[in-house]
Amino acid sequence: MVVFDKPNGLTDAPFHYCPGCTHGIIHRLVAEALDELGVTDKTVGVAPVGCSVFAYNYFNCDMIQAAHGRAPAVATGVKRGEPDCIVFTYQGDGDLAAIGTAETVHAAARNENITVIFVNNAIYGMTGGQMAPTSLPNQVTQTSPYGRDVTVVGYPVKVCEMLSQIDGATYLERVAVNDVKNIRNAKKAIKKAFKYQMEGKGFSLVEVLSTCPTNWGKTPKESLKWLEENMKPYYPLGVYKDKFANEEAK
Amino acid sequence: MAKVTFREDRCKGCGLCETACPKNIIKLSKERINQKGYHPAEVVDQDACIGCAFCATICPDLAIKVEK
Repeated sequence: MVVFDKPNGLTDAPFHYCPGCTHGIIHRLVAEALDELGVTDKTVGVAPVGCSVFAYNYFNCDMIQAAHGRAPAVATGVKRGEPDCIVFTYQGDGDLAAIGTAETVHAAARNENITVIFVNNAIYGMTGGQMAPTSLPNQVTQTSPYGRDVTVVGYPVKVCEMLSQIDGATYLERVAVNDVKNIRNAKKAIKKAFKYQMEGKGFSLVEVLSTCPTNWGKTPKESLKWLEENMKPYYPLGVYKDKFANEEAK
Repeated sequence: MAKVTFREDRCKGCGLCETACPKNIIKLSKERINQKGYHPAEVVDQDACIGCAFCATICPDLAIKVEK
């Protein structure tokens, strides 16, 4: 009996990501969720600009690649044009929390019936490890070699907390992928987000805390530990908003 | 009997599977090098495997298949 194998929602192309980068895990969780809900064939994904720009090579569903930060706007168009499709965006923190803040906030405010997978690794990965809006205070990056100085460049953006203040947003949860337990929880959250979309409940965003061993300057194993010790206290995991929590509990 | 199969050409030797294995039976090969130039992960004691699939769950490169 096969206990674990590659989901059908992913192609057989090998990922181009660095060794130990958890993008691969998150890709798989999305594909598994789509497979289990039986909607892979009618799903349209929107790839961002960033390391995951080539996501269209890996997902076995229709994909579009959007301009930097504009994935929620593109997804809005797709969903409104083809309401029967399941539409998701897959975005990093440089894409969603920096140049794409406006698109994200307004897609949530309009309660667009789309799912956003937000991969937060606290750094700009593809461009070479510059400070991102989500970089932690005192975090050393290429552009903050003495650590992020919050008196000069301000504080990190906490996306789930920010969007939870918007009436439109339906479901917001923050998860992590640094150990098996967290990966299982992440899968549940991603599946729930897609389920809400299928039921027409509105905007859902799952923020996934991820690692970037290359630009953090750590080994893959150290990166898992760094996420646990540094990112998790600053970005607490949990459900930030769930309009239908009571209904689900029944 | 649990069986773990590695698609070694996909393995990047990151070693995340080593951290997840509750039986500590996965190690990066010291002698062999795969097509990509990494030392691939391998199971050193297949009989001790319990088929939990933790290694496959944390593998970012879909390199592991688990059968029971």
